[in-house]
Amino acid sequence: MLERTSKDPTETAGVQPARHVPFRGAGFTPAASRWAGWLALAAVLVVWQLVGGLALVNPLFLPTPAMIMRALYRLAASGALWQHVSASFVRIVAGWALGTASGIAVGFAIGLWRIARSIGITFVSALFPIPKIAVLPLLILWLGIGEQPKIATIALGVFFSTTISVYSGVDAVPRNLIRMAQSFDVPFPTIVRKVIWPGALPSILAGFRITASVALMLVVSAEMIGAETGIGTFVLQAGNLMQTDQLMAGILVLSLFGLAVGRLISLLEARLLHWR
Amino acid sequence: MDLIAQGISHRFDRLEVLDDVSFTVAAGEVVAIVGPSGCGKSTLLSILGGLLQPSAGQALLRGAPPPGCLNPLTFVFQDFALLPWASVAENVAFPLLHTSLSVAQRTAVVDDVLQRTGLSDFRAVYPKQLSGGMRQRVGLARALAVRPAMLLMDEPLSALDSQTRELLMEDFVDLLADGTLGAVYVTHNLEEAVRLADRIVVLSRRPGRIRKIVNVASPRHSRGDAATRAQLLELQNELWVLIRDEAIDAEREVQHA
Repeated sequence: MLERTSKDPTETAGVQPARHVPFRGAGFTPAASRWAGWLALAAVLVVWQLVGGLALVNPLFLPTPAMIMRALYRLAASGALWQHVSASFVRIVAGWALGTASGIAVGFAIGLWRIARSIGITFVSALFPIPKIAVLPLLILWLGIGEQPKIATIALGVFFSTTISVYSGVDAVPRNLIRMAQSFDVPFPTIVRKVIWPGALPSILAGFRITASVALMLVVSAEMIGAETGIGTFVLQAGNLMQTDQLMAGILVLSLFGLAVGRLISLLEARLLHWR
Repeated sequence: MDLIAQGISHRFDRLEVLDDVSFTVAAGEVVAIVGPSGCGKSTLLSILGGLLQPSAGQALLRGAPPPGCLNPLTFVFQDFALLPWASVAENVAFPLLHTSLSVAQRTAVVDDVLQRTGLSDFRAVYPKQLSGGMRQRVGLARALAVRPAMLLMDEPLSALDSQTRELLMEDFVDLLADGTLGAVYVTHNLEEAVRLADRIVVLSRRPGRIRKIVNVASPRHSRGDAATRAQLLELQNELWVLIRDEAIDAEREVQHA
């Protein structure tokens, strides 16, 4: 039986002193500060410049940021930078597009059809772990010494990662949404277009981030093995000639390229996955 | 159009879920299916709606669907099953995309059902921005858009809080009031069953068999009245007595699984 009481529990406050309930919910909610990262980067650059400027480290081994920027400016002014960047860019775009298109097609086939799954997963599992740069000599034998083996190497590297992210994405589409569509007699192509494709898109776009860096890595490796132009070739030549400022300028270009691609994918995600 | 369950049995591998379930849902009739957890209620509904092939027996339709019907058996799902990347209006229009309706006709249908379900102001909103109750309203609007002959409702209120449940229940009562729309209503909530159904099919624990089919005599529109509520409570208690022991056994079984 519940009893009502007119007694205020704070009346006993004089007898027993009240104390705060200790707060125990702090932490585990990391929120990135907008400026901290940039400030840290600026601090590293300043220290790096000072170390070089005060001759604490031989600039041959570690050129200062100012020297790197000067080298980059000279390269840009001479037109060599654009020549190398455009050669690499064409290879990356061609290889990535080829690998992505075929990876999406095969990934969807594996995600949707039993036979494709049974066969496809076996091949993907067997071939995915092979470092793709190792097959470049074979591709040169098959395709000649032009652009094709480099593009094919990039395409191969991109293909396997894309295939895996696509079929994982298809697998992750909630089954209840597919059943819902089936319950309305929605035809198979419409289910693929309106349910499975948008449902798998987060995974596919996450895969793009990985394949963009795979493509960048492979283009540099392929160009180091056999090419006359390209950022990889340029970096290798600069290293051979001990032109470390130019070498670092090449690395900086690669880093900026990677950042630009990452930003592009973020924009794509913001546009296509705004519903999340 | 009648919906007939004829000797339906089902097993998932070695797990026997349903055993020889037969009953008929007449056009415009509301039949609730109740029973202990895991007795195969939702499996039975999936079989009746053609989403699952039974191991034995069959689901049959008798008679023609009403004119203008685009999807005679239409599900309303427990988890709403809304496309998260589509707005409310796009979700409602989704089952119409492949039909012969023109864009203008589709828009008119969507406008109509959004208005009937009180969602007109939310047409451009995405599901994540809606409460559970509103999401289920969208699920209901989508179901109504195809002008079904029979709704197959799989615990449509169980994911909602009690106040929202009560409000949506009133909507269901209104929706089913004129007797043109039939429904198979799967629930573990006996109150919902006695409030909505013309007949209640009581299943045994797994493998689900029909233990009893109970008629609810009072007209649906008067079930909110105080006098009728007392009768319904009595019926609800009878049903509970019928399934209580098996519900306890089923609960123990789940805990040991």
